[in-house]
Amino acid sequence: MTARIVIVGGGSGGTITANRLAEELEPQIEAGEVEITIVSDNPNHIYKPLYLYVPFGEATLEDASRPLVDLVDHRVNLVFEHVTDIDTDSKSIATAAGSELEYDYLVMATGAIPQPEETPGLGDDEPGHHFYGPEAAEDLRTALANFDEGHLVLSVIGTPHVCPAAPVEFPMIVDQWFRERGVREDIDITYTYPIQRLHGVRPTAEWMVPRFEERDIDSKTFFNVDSVEDGTIETLEGKELDFDLMVGVPEFTASSLVQDAGLGEEWMEVDRHTLESDHAEDVYGIGDVTNLPTSKAGSVAHYASGTLVSRIASEVRGQVPTATFDGKTICFIEAGTEEGTFIEFAYDREPVVRDENRFLHWSKLGYNEAYWLTARGVM
Amino acid sequence: MSESIEADETVDARGSACPGPLMDLIGKIKDVEEGTVVALLTGDEGSKNDVPEWVEEANHELLDIDDNGEYYTIYVKKT
Repeated sequence: MTARIVIVGGGSGGTITANRLAEELEPQIEAGEVEITIVSDNPNHIYKPLYLYVPFGEATLEDASRPLVDLVDHRVNLVFEHVTDIDTDSKSIATAAGSELEYDYLVMATGAIPQPEETPGLGDDEPGHHFYGPEAAEDLRTALANFDEGHLVLSVIGTPHVCPAAPVEFPMIVDQWFRERGVREDIDITYTYPIQRLHGVRPTAEWMVPRFEERDIDSKTFFNVDSVEDGTIETLEGKELDFDLMVGVPEFTASSLVQDAGLGEEWMEVDRHTLESDHAEDVYGIGDVTNLPTSKAGSVAHYASGTLVSRIASEVRGQVPTATFDGKTICFIEAGTEEGTFIEFAYDREPVVRDENRFLHWSKLGYNEAYWLTARGVM
Repeated sequence: MSESIEADETVDARGSACPGPLMDLIGKIKDVEEGTVVALLTGDEGSKNDVPEWVEEANHELLDIDDNGEYYTIYVKKT
């Protein structure tokens, strides 16, 4: 009997998992005992962290996109259809094109979806910009190119959001970018964050404080955006802040499939160590779609895929799965356009944020190129 | 549980790491009517400090914090 492994989603979590499973289970695939399928409504794989560089002219949308067919092992089936329904009782999924796929093991890798239309100040006909989508990143590039005086506000509106470092990086990059353009002294920069410090990860918040002061980046905490009108942000705490250019971090949600399939009230609810669904047999979650108590970052999906692949491969072989995920997360942090640092942490280990340097900035730029090897499951 | 306080809404943020519980509470407070009592269930030790600080900042009312052993119940009234 053939074990059918179906992965919903072709982002980092889905692609890395598929490629590693194909490698791990090669003998079983060759013998016709295992089939691996990715179902994705996007034929391209997007490396979203590059969107941060698009507003500054340091990357293009084309740089961030590769056809999935070029990244995925030839032993993995690709189905480019939109999943409309998951039935965990009959162990099947249905698509908008009318296909029905049965599975023995299901991996949910549908990511986190930005909701600018649901976020105050963002979306069509709203004044705010963001960099969490292709058109939005390009629009922000145009807005920044035409901005040479006034007040720029970077506001973290929605949490949790993907790529926890990006809102830290944006003010520091834009500060130096304006300096290089010779307009910084005519521009004020303010960063806002919802809780009482500059970032959810405490050591990151502590690292930010002196650096923002050195760069003359103002900050406001306990700042939860309630409404945005006529160049003014109003908050739930009763504060007001005027702006000329607003960049917001939008709210994110999981695919509606999660709630519809009973896999979680908001995010997909999984065991933090085994990645197994809390609500259905033989269903796993990986990456941003899950409620794992860590960051929504590609590195989490990368490291978790090792656990997931080992556990599913053990199940397929009739062995007892023993691999567990410790919450390992790594994020590079750009500290301007020439220096960077990184943080590494896990469920039970707080990060140490080291001083930034040029080497780590270039490491990040190098990794942005090498990422495609990560997606292929090579590194 | 605090016997004298009856919550109108409950936010179960157990299992969520900082700042998840506070952000879940803020999201709920945003959506409910004035006078609503929200109970936040949280296993995060930091919530004992974070939540009262935000409640004061936003001019809501902290009614009580119950220690249930493995988690806390923090009662907040929207004003």
